[in-house]
Amino acid sequence: MRFITDVRKYFHYIIFSARSQLRSEVVNSYLDWVWWILEPFCNMIVYTIIFGYVFQAAEPYFPIFLFIGISMWGFFSKTLTASVKLIKSNKAIVTKVYIPKQMLLLKLMAVNAFKMLLSFIIIFLMMLFYRVQVNASLLYALPALLILFIFTYGISCFLMHYGVYVEDLAYIVTILMSMLMYFTGIFYSIEKRMPEPFGHLLSLYNPIACLITVMRNSLLYMQNSSLTVLGIWFLVSVLIAACGTKLIYKNENSYVKVI
Amino acid sequence: MMENCAIKVDHLCIDYKPYKKTSIQKSLFKKKQEKMEMIHAVRDVSFSLEEGEILGIVGKNGSGKSTMLRAIAGIFIPDQGTIDLHGNSVSLLSIGVGFTPEISGRENILLSGMLLGFSEEQIREKMDSIIEFSELGQFIDYPVRTYSSGMYSKLAFSITASLETDIILIDEVLSVGDERFQKKSYNKMKELISNKTRTVMIVSHNTETLRQLCTKAMWINDGMMMSIGETQEVLSQYQHYMNK
Repeated sequence: MRFITDVRKYFHYIIFSARSQLRSEVVNSYLDWVWWILEPFCNMIVYTIIFGYVFQAAEPYFPIFLFIGISMWGFFSKTLTASVKLIKSNKAIVTKVYIPKQMLLLKLMAVNAFKMLLSFIIIFLMMLFYRVQVNASLLYALPALLILFIFTYGISCFLMHYGVYVEDLAYIVTILMSMLMYFTGIFYSIEKRMPEPFGHLLSLYNPIACLITVMRNSLLYMQNSSLTVLGIWFLVSVLIAACGTKLIYKNENSYVKVI
Repeated sequence: MMENCAIKVDHLCIDYKPYKKTSIQKSLFKKKQEKMEMIHAVRDVSFSLEEGEILGIVGKNGSGKSTMLRAIAGIFIPDQGTIDLHGNSVSLLSIGVGFTPEISGRENILLSGMLLGFSEEQIREKMDSIIEFSELGQFIDYPVRTYSSGMYSKLAFSITASLETDIILIDEVLSVGDERFQKKSYNKMKELISNKTRTVMIVSHNTETLRQLCTKAMWINDGMMMSIGETQEVLSQYQHYMNK
């Protein structure tokens, strides 16, 4: 498949450009890369106070519970929001040289994935600190991450494509994302807090909520998740990603004419 | 004797489709989208170049010269017709290969090189000569956003001129930098061109330069090829037309 040969061909470029972008983001700040950890960490403290003490949404290991949600949601929403304007923000490259546009998206994802990785390192440190018990269900974390990547990639492909033509898509995406955020249960457990049957339905049909729940169960509560649900979301994500990739290949050469 | 064909362009047509950016509001409240006429940027251009030939392209502004170069570089896919490069590598030399302003010139050299399809080792090999040619000195390790526009284009020129591809497309960049650098880049151009296996296409408004460098010239007007052939002849036709 063309996509795989392209990824192989541009792999070094993706890694290298992601690395230099990460470096450029912090090169002028005093605390340097500490910001990538400090920012989600501070958010977590704020949310712990607001939702844990003010709204009494406490779950076992509530700070870690929150942090998992924030990290995964952050990856998803940052990638989606940036992908809308991705072609335009890479105008200098797109108009000067041919590059499969999915590679720009993969670069963006690499940058955000790196930040998520740092968050997960903190999550593991916190798990040690709180002495969270784990067992073999820890393994469910891997498919959850994999599906998160594929799903995010697929949706972003579509947003990247339509973002070229539709000027105000960025506003719509921002609004939708903040709505979706509250239905994803980052600050609370949707299964316990939402009235039935909505809680159960959301945790099945909202993929991000589903993946975050799987991740929490796997890391914190020693619970296995349904392989059928994961399998279905995997297939759906692959399908979306394949369609998105195709859409980009078909149209990418007219992007230059619009921007 | 048959020379090796390097570029073959056959009935090339490029249209700017009536794509226009829309907003949701517009598409909701206007039932009929106003029809935009097709813009034919390049119409039915055919030519072929042999290895080692240097083609100068002239034409007034907006006549489709740059569009054609971009199509040959693979940035556009032609709406009709074909472009066959016979497997040669190609690079488009125009001002600024998409630098990332926050990172250093050195890293930008690597990034641009990779975008042009070179491996990291190949670029590192050429790194010193690129830096030397660009005359940036210590600035090479400063972020590109601190560069003056002259320094910016000098770096861009040095990258494409040093990372040599089989086919080089040059889009009006012969007047880069100060006078000394212009002379230098002109000489570099000559040196690049003197390589018998390299095929070059130059877009320029400077007919004097073209006269000196090119083995062949093409005149494009409103997307149509008016003439192609002997440099002197085509250029004087063009000048005659422009001075009318």
